[in-house]
Amino acid sequence: MASASTATIAISTRQHSKTGLLEDERWFAAALLFPTAVLLGLFIAYPFFQGIWLSLTNTRVGVPGEFVGLRNFIKVWNDDIFRTAVWNTCWYTFVTTVFKLILGLWLANLLNRHFKGKAWVRAFILLPFIIPTVLSTFAWKWMFDPTFSVLNWILYHLGIITKRINWLGEPDLAFTSIIVVNIWRGLPFYAISLLAGLQTISPELQEAAAIDGANAWQRFRHITWPLLLPVTMVVTLFSVIQTFADFQLVYVLTGGGPANATHLFATYAYQIGVGTGLLSEGAAISLAIFPVLFVVVLVQLLYIRRVETR
Amino acid sequence: MIEGARWKKVGAFYIPLWGFIILLLFPFYWMIITTIRPDGELYRPWNARNYNPFWTWNPTLEHIKLLLEETLFTTWLWNTLLISLASTAISLTCGVFAGYALSRLKFRYAGTLGTGIFVTYLVPQTLLFIPLADIIRNFQLGDTPWSLILTYPTFLIPFSTWLMMGYFKSIPKELEECARIDGASRWQAMVYIILPIAVPGILSAGIFAFTLSWNEFIYALVFLSSSEQKTVPVGVVSELVRGDVFFWGALMAGALVGSIPVAVIYSFFVEHYVAGLTGSVKG
Repeated sequence: MASASTATIAISTRQHSKTGLLEDERWFAAALLFPTAVLLGLFIAYPFFQGIWLSLTNTRVGVPGEFVGLRNFIKVWNDDIFRTAVWNTCWYTFVTTVFKLILGLWLANLLNRHFKGKAWVRAFILLPFIIPTVLSTFAWKWMFDPTFSVLNWILYHLGIITKRINWLGEPDLAFTSIIVVNIWRGLPFYAISLLAGLQTISPELQEAAAIDGANAWQRFRHITWPLLLPVTMVVTLFSVIQTFADFQLVYVLTGGGPANATHLFATYAYQIGVGTGLLSEGAAISLAIFPVLFVVVLVQLLYIRRVETR
Repeated sequence: MIEGARWKKVGAFYIPLWGFIILLLFPFYWMIITTIRPDGELYRPWNARNYNPFWTWNPTLEHIKLLLEETLFTTWLWNTLLISLASTAISLTCGVFAGYALSRLKFRYAGTLGTGIFVTYLVPQTLLFIPLADIIRNFQLGDTPWSLILTYPTFLIPFSTWLMMGYFKSIPKELEECARIDGASRWQAMVYIILPIAVPGILSAGIFAFTLSWNEFIYALVFLSSSEQKTVPVGVVSELVRGDVFFWGALMAGALVGSIPVAVIYSFFVEHYVAGLTGSVKG
């Protein structure tokens, strides 16, 4: 079989002499890549440089700006709300990632067992991830409603609280609520991806270790975890970027309030750039996402490199 | 001994599993029950007596009626459907072509280009929305469906390319070579021999792309301004909240009906969706 196929390759390279530009491998590749290059160039590369340029000018909506150097960045750096947003974004990313990872791993392990209705459970569990985030976040906003909150009802009837909790009304509590919703939304993605990773691990390894006397924790620590690490890495890096650049949850739940205490980079950039029309300052704020993105991409690339060798 | 093991299984397995299921699905239940509940029951204080918030004996379709008759919701549904289908079609075409070129053809810079596309895969929309809004304005595309049909592929193409590359790599090279010996051109070999084999991969990418564009929010929020042009997520957020007044019944009806198309597609293609999800992560 193998020798037959190598023979056909030899024949194909010699006999094949069709005319036309598309028969040339390089031209064919260029033609196939052309539409992608145009779209990505026009709507990713161009806006990226445009964004850097905007951030160095004093453009407003409808008012062409002039070059002002780093003034926007200096202004932003001395802005208390921006500093809150920096801290919020980092804390938000860190806390939610830790929780999503631990809970996701737990759920993936539960789903990796055999039980009745497994396919159904797996399908339903992904719902928070596939339903439009804005819409499901509205359901949460309704659950957090200061007067009609069902969460308050539950806690009250369980005897845990006697006074109502104003979930989105106080800065710390509002931020915690946002974190809870993010974990709720992201957890299924972790669980299902990690489950896919778990399923590639042969159960025989576990059995062999069990026979050798390893307990459940040792089996997890020395077999499952190392084999799952590559998937975990990639899932986490993806989710870190998405979380760091998150917008929808905060926009819907608090709009950055109360008193600008729950802003993330993206919501603050929106408020400045679109809300008040200070395009240049808004661009400067959203560029603050870039350094983190850059580091994550770098880590990712070093990691991917070995997959990509062809 | 056996009894003990069974209780251990309940404690370590069934209780946490049900806990996860209830916590993950409760908001959807809450959405549904709010949609069919009359206003008189909805706005009852949380500590009212004899009040069971989880059930209603007087279900109503009032909210859905209000949503469909007195708002532009159906228009938004059509807009979203049209935009999602168009951007998915563009992205699939581009992604399949690019994925094919990068995984099966030999040319200089193939590796660099693949890496470049992968990097754009990681660019979040929130990094670029302000300059992009400026560019959309300059191109005279503001407030038209084209502003989204052309920009959604920026996050869909990289992902479909990446997924298709992984898929194409698993197809043996000899297949094209045989076709070419039989006289097929490169284009024919790709379209008639390889693409039919890659249909499951294309389906995964398509379903994933469709749900992503259905769910997209920030570009739609920034690029569209008139009510008739909006998509479901933006329409529900901006038009069903008037000032500080939330019409929770109609809002939840909007959230529910706006989620149904994705949920239906998802339920038909769960396996493909999961393959797309995990494939996009593993590459």
